[in-house]
Parts: sequence; structure tokens; C-alpha cells
Amino acid sequence: MRLKVETRLEVPWWMRVLALVGAVVVALALAGIMLWYGGLNPLVAYRRMFEVGFADTYSLSDTLVKATPLLLAGLGVAVAFRMRLWNIGAEGQLLIGAWASAGVALFWVTPDTPRWLALLLMMVAGFVAGAVWGYIPGILKAKLQVNEIISSLMLVYVAIRFNNYFIYGPWSAGGFGLTRTFPRNAWFPRLLDYADTVPVFRGMTVHMGILLGLVTAVLLYVLFKRSKWGYELKLIGDNPRAAQYAGINISRHIVLTMVISGGLAGLAGMSEMAGVVHRLQENFSPDYGFTAIIIAWLARLHPLAIILVAYLFGGLLVGGDAIQPSGIPLMIQGIIMFCVISADLLTRYRLRLIRIEVIEAEEVGS
Amino acid sequence: MTTVATPYAVEMRGITKRFPGVLANHKVDLRLRPGEIHALLGENGAGKSTLMNVLSGLYHAEEGEIYINGELVRFGSPRDAIRHGIGMVHQHFMLVPTLTVAENLILGQPTPRIWLNYDALEVRVGEIAHKFGLNVDPTAKIWQLSVGEQQRVELLKMLYQGAQILIMDEPTAVLTPQEVDDLFQTLRQMAAQGHAIIFISHKLDEVLAIADRVTVLRRGKVAAQVETAETSKAELARLMVGREVLFRVEKTPAQPGPPVLILKHLNAQNDRGLPALQRLSLTVHAGEIVGIAGVAGNGQTELAEVITGLRPAEHGQVLVNRQEVANRPATVAIKQGVAHIPADRTGVGSAPNLGSDDNLIMKSYREAPVSRGWSLNLGVIQRLSQDLIQRFDVKTPDVKTPVRLLSGGNLQKLILARELSREPVVIVAVYPSRGLDAGAIEAVHRRLIAERDRGSAVLLISEDLDELLSLADRIAVMYEGRIVGEVPPDDELVDEIGLMMAGTVSSAQQPVIGIQ
Repeated sequence: MRLKVETRLEVPWWMRVLALVGAVVVALALAGIMLWYGGLNPLVAYRRMFEVGFADTYSLSDTLVKATPLLLAGLGVAVAFRMRLWNIGAEGQLLIGAWASAGVALFWVTPDTPRWLALLLMMVAGFVAGAVWGYIPGILKAKLQVNEIISSLMLVYVAIRFNNYFIYGPWSAGGFGLTRTFPRNAWFPRLLDYADTVPVFRGMTVHMGILLGLVTAVLLYVLFKRSKWGYELKLIGDNPRAAQYAGINISRHIVLTMVISGGLAGLAGMSEMAGVVHRLQENFSPDYGFTAIIIAWLARLHPLAIILVAYLFGGLLVGGDAIQPSGIPLMIQGIIMFCVISADLLTRYRLRLIRIEVIEAEEVGS
Repeated sequence: MTTVATPYAVEMRGITKRFPGVLANHKVDLRLRPGEIHALLGENGAGKSTLMNVLSGLYHAEEGEIYINGELVRFGSPRDAIRHGIGMVHQHFMLVPTLTVAENLILGQPTPRIWLNYDALEVRVGEIAHKFGLNVDPTAKIWQLSVGEQQRVELLKMLYQGAQILIMDEPTAVLTPQEVDDLFQTLRQMAAQGHAIIFISHKLDEVLAIADRVTVLRRGKVAAQVETAETSKAELARLMVGREVLFRVEKTPAQPGPPVLILKHLNAQNDRGLPALQRLSLTVHAGEIVGIAGVAGNGQTELAEVITGLRPAEHGQVLVNRQEVANRPATVAIKQGVAHIPADRTGVGSAPNLGSDDNLIMKSYREAPVSRGWSLNLGVIQRLSQDLIQRFDVKTPDVKTPVRLLSGGNLQKLILARELSREPVVIVAVYPSRGLDAGAIEAVHRRLIAERDRGSAVLLISEDLDELLSLADRIAVMYEGRIVGEVPPDDELVDEIGLMMAGTVSSAQQPVIGIQ
């Protein structure tokens, strides 16, 4: 009897799901060891995280708030990844989107502007700014074959410094690292705004951004599944040379896809501005744009699955904050990512027990 | 056990090899004498490559034994096989495209260990190359070489490793008749020096010409082992496919209509920026098949790409029904009704991880009824795919099954289904039957003739002279980016065509290609 490793020709869907669940369990176990080492009882910690992240209606609201930027940015990442365009700079596109929408809220919106117009302008500004931040690596790749992994990542740091200049400089409120608060008509409606009529909504900070995310997810699902553009994306992703042969202009698609991908990440930044922070400040994003990469990947780039995964990661952030301000959820995320990638690799192989009678050959000299 | 006076160079006993869902080899025996050229014959998927991969250490058989010179061996890796003097030239080249010829030769070699003495290496490579007439520039990078040249590198690599037992997986597919003759001469010399050679081929004429004995595989089992002297082409074909095969597709004389595809003074560059087409002019009429004969790397693939809009023309015109298609987006050629059966089925002609349905709509997804406005019509796509799969006899479990799981013949049928179902005005077919088994080749040939009879103008680019002689109504010979002559498809003219392919019309002394 001998164990043999073989490659699988096809991986059944249930195995992928199993691998995902298994990876998360293994990741939680590994993270548990580290929690235990840090003096926490992992079971207690996880229970507390679960309770805070998922168990009651307030946690539902909090988790949805965290899930909103993850969802929008995750969808943006998924668009690019679908055609194997590795836009890992969603964080930068998110920050620039936040900057642009903050600019609109601070300088264009007056207390007399109708709320719908203020929010619409902010959305457009956020999308366009993120799109520009995606356009740069896109056009560089299309025209000069510059590696988009590096250029999109580097632009994250440009965006951080760019925002810091504004919040410490021209837009600063009294020299602190933040701007003044937006006028109320530049805020997304929140559930707690309606607590007077519906008392249950008291304290619920979930805002309209989640609807924006859900609508975008459904829209992308339909586009991926049955639009010509979705088909072209899939074809380029699988075999660019075949796509060229089918008459598809790949350079144009690279630019277009980066623009849409960046735009959606920018929208995530806008949603944080209008829905949560209500002003531009330093470090308002706990790396939403990077977590979005993990989310898109875990969801296998499927827009509807991204909703679920973004929700779970939102809960992880909320629950993690309950046991320790930061660090823990990011560590767990990192471990999950490692486990998921390993599990993905493992599904491509299988182990087989085979009966074999081999007479070992004598060592033969040359 | 009885002892044999001279042990077999290779003896494979009862080899069984399974893949998920496939029994690739079942109790296969193969015996190879020293100094023998032994042909391994069989259709695609008959298990030839699997058996040879077992012998060369790439795969491990589940059952069975291998003896080399009477000694039981077990190969853990290709390195073990190489140490036992086994060298294989694969059908799909095992070369690193970004490395040079010389660098590829020393890959996986125990020496040199640290210091690479390229000068000495190049001299050594030059010696072997000269000895066997395999002219390649040792400093050229693999990606810069044509398919034919790459194969020569594979041969060189094996010889450089000092292989005593040579496995050749369809070595003649990319060679001219002269080069095939040269190769055969080389093989015979090597056999005379005691090398044992396994020669895998679909081409029965070649097998009969070169081999001493033949082992025929069918569906993973040995169908027969015969002496070539005691068999015939018809018998081998019968053993191979289990039924009679037509060697020449029947066709009526062509009835050419008006000129449909006109190429005027075309110039184009290859990927290396060197001239690939040089003032090439050619006219193809409706209802005729014009064959392009030539050695790989003389501008054939570039020609096909310029016509289909995939490569820019520096100069000249490509007219399809008087419409210019050169230097315009590939969609213009597609809309004008230019079908393209590309040489590289997996790299260009299909998206391997997508299903048959997605692959079948690659050319038609912009048009009604497959799409309307921005959206695809999924119901129509489903029906269309199922219909095409049936009509073109593509064997696949489901339209969603990734096409990388299809055999070569089925994939080619799928590509034909996509390209020919659009009733093209012009068909550019590049090596359409390369690597296919007899049954699939016959299907491809019948389709092309049917398209010709429907009134399509067919440009058939092939290196297989038999194919050109059997299908083409006119044969134009290409050499260094030019059409150097045109001949009727007459069996008597094979030698003349061969000379033209080698770049000379009057004498055969000119060296065949090689990089200067």
C-alpha cells in the first residue's frame, strides 16, 4: 500500500465550500493558540466576539456598518480580479474617493442644498476620484505594460500622504488631523435618525451605504452573468490571446476595468464619509481596501457571495474590537487568508491509497 | 528464467496507468531491441504518450515493470530515466521560452554546477548540431524560434544528454520532406551505432519507411506487434482505428468563382521585429482551396494573423470582398466573414477553463440573436451550443465542461463548429489537422471541402504535403515571407515542392533555415 498524490481534473463545488469552511476553522484554531499564549481563553474570547459581532440587533447594525465599505471595495476588487488584473490598491482608491466626496461636502454643499443632490454629487465625486486612481495603473499597464500590482499598491501610499496634506493643511479644523464636520444634508440617512417614529431604531448607526452596496452587488451579478461586458471580462481573464482572437480590444478593457474597480472602491470611501465619519480624518479606514482583497478572494469573486463574506468580516471587526481595540481582528484575518490560499491549493490534489508490488531496483551506477 | 543472449534495450511488462476516470494504459508490453527503430502507433488518446511518459520517468505506472538492458529499474523522476540513457522529445516542447538554446540544453544537467562556460558549451552544442545536421543558433532565445527550430533544440537537448534510448513523439510533424529525410538518415545512423529508437507517429507512410517493428496501441491496450516488412499501410490503419480509413477525401474538381480574398504586396514583421512577410501577393477565389506549403517559421502564422486582423501590416492590402481588413480591428475581419482556425488550439483558439458554450460564442456574441444590446441571450446560447456540439460531433459530457478536458480532436471540432457555422466567406485554416488522429483528420478534411463546395474561399496553411495534395486545388509555396511558386496538387511534384520549400527551385544544395 502506498499513498499517492494526484492532480484533480475538476474540483467539485462542495469541496470548495468544505475547503473554505475548513480553512476558517483551522485559522480560528491557530489564532486561538496565539490568544491563549497572550493570556486569553480562546473559547471565551471567541464567544464574546460572536456575541458582540452577530448575536443581537445592535450587533447586526454595527456589523452592517463595518460591512458596507468592505462590500463596496470587495466588489471593486472582484471586477478587476475577474479579468486577472491584480488591482491591490483599493485602499488608495477608497481614500481618494473619501477625499473627493469630503471636498464636495465641505465646499459645495450649503445648508440649503437638497440632501439628495448633495449625496448624489458626493457619490459622483467619490466614484470619479477612485476611478482616476484606478485609471493611472490601468493606462500604465495598457500602454507601457507596467505591472499593475506594484503601481496600484504604490498609489495607496500616495493617497495617504495626499489626504494627510489636506487634513493637516488647507482643510484642517484648527490644526488637528481632521476637517470640520459636514453639514447634516451631506450625511447618509441612518436608522437612528428615525428613532422618534420607530423606537427600535434607537442607537442603530447602519446607514444608506449598505443599500448602495447591495444594489451594486446585484447589478454586478447580473452584468457578470449575462452581459457582453461580463463575458469579455471572463474571456480575457481565462485566455487573453483567445480574447484578442475573438476581436476584443484588451488595452481598452484593462483601462475600463481599472476605472470601474477604482470607482467602486472610491464609492466605499464616500460611503464612509457620508455614513460614518462625516468628516475627513486620518486613519478613518482600518485597511478596508486591503481586507477587501481577502473578501473578494474568499467569495471567489462572486458578487453575491461577497455580500455574505463582507458581513462575516464586518462581524469579525466588531467582535474583535470588543476583546481588544485592534490587532486581534487583523491577525485573525491574516491567518484566515493564509489558510484559505493553502486550502485552495489542496483542493487541486487528492490522495489515493494504492496497492503496489514493487521490487525495488538495485541501485544502478552509470 | 531463460536468459536471452542480448537483453532487450527496453522491456516494459504489463504497464498499467490510470488517470482519474481514464485507464490510459492497460497491461501494455513493449520490447525494444538495441539498434532497432520501433514505431509506436495509435490514435490520439490511445495511450502512446502516457506509455512513453512512464518510460521517461514523468509518470509512475500503477502496475508493471521496466527493464533496461535486462535490468529491473524503477524511475522516481525523469532524472532517473535520463541517467539510464533515456531521452524523450515531447510533442509539446519542454523548453523554457525565455532562456537561450544553450541554457535550455544544460537545464537539469549535473554539470556544470556553478560556473557556466558558455563558450565551451556553444562549441560543444555546435559540434553535436553539425554532426546531426541540426542547425540552431545556441545563443538564440527559445521564444524567438519557430516551432520547427524549437523541435531541433529538443533533439539537440536529448543528444547533448547522451541518450542511448530515444523516444520521439511525432518528430516529423513540423519538417519538410527533405528535413524528414535528413532526420531519418540521422535516426538510421544512430540505430546503426546501437541506439534504440521509439518513434511515435500517426503517419503510416513514415512508420513503414523508418521502423523495423511496430507496436500498435488502441484504447490503452496493445492491438498488435508486427514486423514492418510483413505488414501494410491498410493493415496498420485497421489495427490502429479498428475500421477502414479513407486516406484521400473524395472531392469534385473545384469550381472557382470570383476572387474573394486578395492580398497585395503585403509586408509584416514577426514578434522579433524581423520581416516575416515580404511583398506577398496572393488571390483566393470563392469555391477553391489554396494550400500554402512551407517550413514552419517562413511567415505562415504571420500571414494568417495579418489576414485576420491580429497583426498589423506594414505595407500592402488585404481585401475581403473588396473591403480592407488589414490594420483594422479584428472585429472588421470577423464581420466580413473571415473564419480563422488557428495553429495553436489551446493557446489562441480556445479559453481552456470555460465551457463549450462560452467557447462557441467567441465570434458571435456581438450579434443577434446571441446578444441584444448589452445583454447575452443565455437561452439562445444554450440551444446554439447544444446544436453545434451535436452537428459537429463534439464529444463532451456537458456544454459547461471546461474545454481543457476535451481531447485534441474534440477541441478542434469545437473550433470548427464555431468558425464554420457562421458560413464564412473566407476560411484561414492553419495546420488544421496537426496532432489529430486519423478519424478527426478525416472529419476536418470533409468539413473544409464542404465549405469550399458551399462557395467559401479557403486558405489552407499546412506542413503536411499529403494533406495539401489531397485537399488543395492549387498549392502556393512560401519561403522567407514570399510566395516562391505555385503548383497544381500533383503527387508527381512532391520533390519540386520540397525544393521550393527549402528556398531553391533549381538545386537542392542551399542550406535549410537556421539563424544567421
